[in-house]
Amino acid sequence: MNSWINLSALWRIVVVGLLAGAGLPALFAVGLRALAAGSDSAAVGTDEDRVIGGSRAGMAFAGFCFAVVLAAIGYGIYLIVKAS
Amino acid sequence: MSNDFVLVLVVITALAFDFTNGFHDTGNAMATSIATRALPPKVAVGLSGVLNLVGAFLSLSVAATIASGLVNTKLITLTVVFAGLAGGILWNLTTWFLGIPSSSSHALIGGVIGSTLAAAGSHGVKWHGLVQKVIIPAVLSPIIALCIAAIGTYLVYRITRDVNEKTRTHGFRIGQIGSASMVSLAHGTDDAQKTMGIITLALISNHTLASGAKAPFWVILSCALAISLGTYIGGWRVIRTLGKGLVEIDAPQGMAAESSSAAVILLSSHFGYSLSTTHVATGSILGSGVGKKGAEVRWSVAGRMATAWVITLPAAGAVGALAYYAAHGIGGSAGVLIMFLVVAAGGAAFYWQSRKTAVTSKNVNDEWSGTVAPPAKTPVGV
Repeated sequence: MNSWINLSALWRIVVVGLLAGAGLPALFAVGLRALAAGSDSAAVGTDEDRVIGGSRAGMAFAGFCFAVVLAAIGYGIYLIVKAS
Repeated sequence: MSNDFVLVLVVITALAFDFTNGFHDTGNAMATSIATRALPPKVAVGLSGVLNLVGAFLSLSVAATIASGLVNTKLITLTVVFAGLAGGILWNLTTWFLGIPSSSSHALIGGVIGSTLAAAGSHGVKWHGLVQKVIIPAVLSPIIALCIAAIGTYLVYRITRDVNEKTRTHGFRIGQIGSASMVSLAHGTDDAQKTMGIITLALISNHTLASGAKAPFWVILSCALAISLGTYIGGWRVIRTLGKGLVEIDAPQGMAAESSSAAVILLSSHFGYSLSTTHVATGSILGSGVGKKGAEVRWSVAGRMATAWVITLPAAGAVGALAYYAAHGIGGSAGVLIMFLVVAAGGAAFYWQSRKTAVTSKNVNDEWSGTVAPPAKTPVGV
């Protein structure tokens, strides 16, 4: 911590920012992939337009990923409201 | 009595600034969603407006910083506050007219510092606070946002590389709406508070409120309404530059960019940095271009913006100082009233000029051809 830059705030912004700002979209992408995945065992998809084409396990995993993303956002909003 | 008259003018001017802040910054949250057609333009600005309104009520931690951290509040008079706001508004309108996403926060801070310098001289400004709380975060935040967005974009494309194009676009459009909503919310919590801080400062300097008082409810409500109305009107010129000018954006990039913006803005305001939403959003959008292989990033457009960012503080400051000298020179309530009318006339002139080369919800997504508006005659100042 020096008088010009609050270093402890800075590194927290970078680390938490990476987790939330890059990690959450990545997790969302993992979920999206899981949603679509199952269908690749069933070979060429005829239902390419559809987002949901996957296996049950894939969809459950996708649901888990999306739930984590939503929970993280909810927690973020909670922290902001609490801080005021 | 005359003090109250000036106070009313100051509050109206502050709300007018808040309004320009709203429409100037709509693009920060919604430009990418509009560009990728995740949302129809009108729906996007409507959603953003509502979320700005909600956001304004969420938190009040930045409101104090802007006033007490940057200038010596004991030296502030209503005329100083008014002149600062005038500087902020005129600079916001100039950059909006040119389609440059410059920082509304810097316009406000620049204006207030300029008018304080004019009124009280150099000792009225807390230079250390200015560098620590405004300038350094302004340099760092877009870089951090750029890196996070670049990493996010890279990861997102890498993870979904086997997913077919249609599914991917559809999925990320939904994700994008969510992340853009977070940015709107963050914008409401962050930027609406800045105007609340200014109005509170005016109330304190008029002794309507005791020193150190918090923003009264009517201030919070009117600021929230002004910023959300401004957001809904939509600064289409700026939206166009951000959504089409910097990078040709696809849905996955849009989501990565907005997530990065939301994270950096919310975290920074959590630590009390009143940084610029605009700088962060621009950094993120650039990052989403850097992180995607083969994406075209128009660095020349980015360079033009960076120039505007550097100029914003001194330019708004110069206008603020001029407005102070003029209002003070004429003297009393009449001085403020005359300057009020001058600013209003300036606003009307900008509006009238902008109709000649209008950018609206209809043509906002047209192919980027180099300029938002035809080359303007007065690039800097007013």
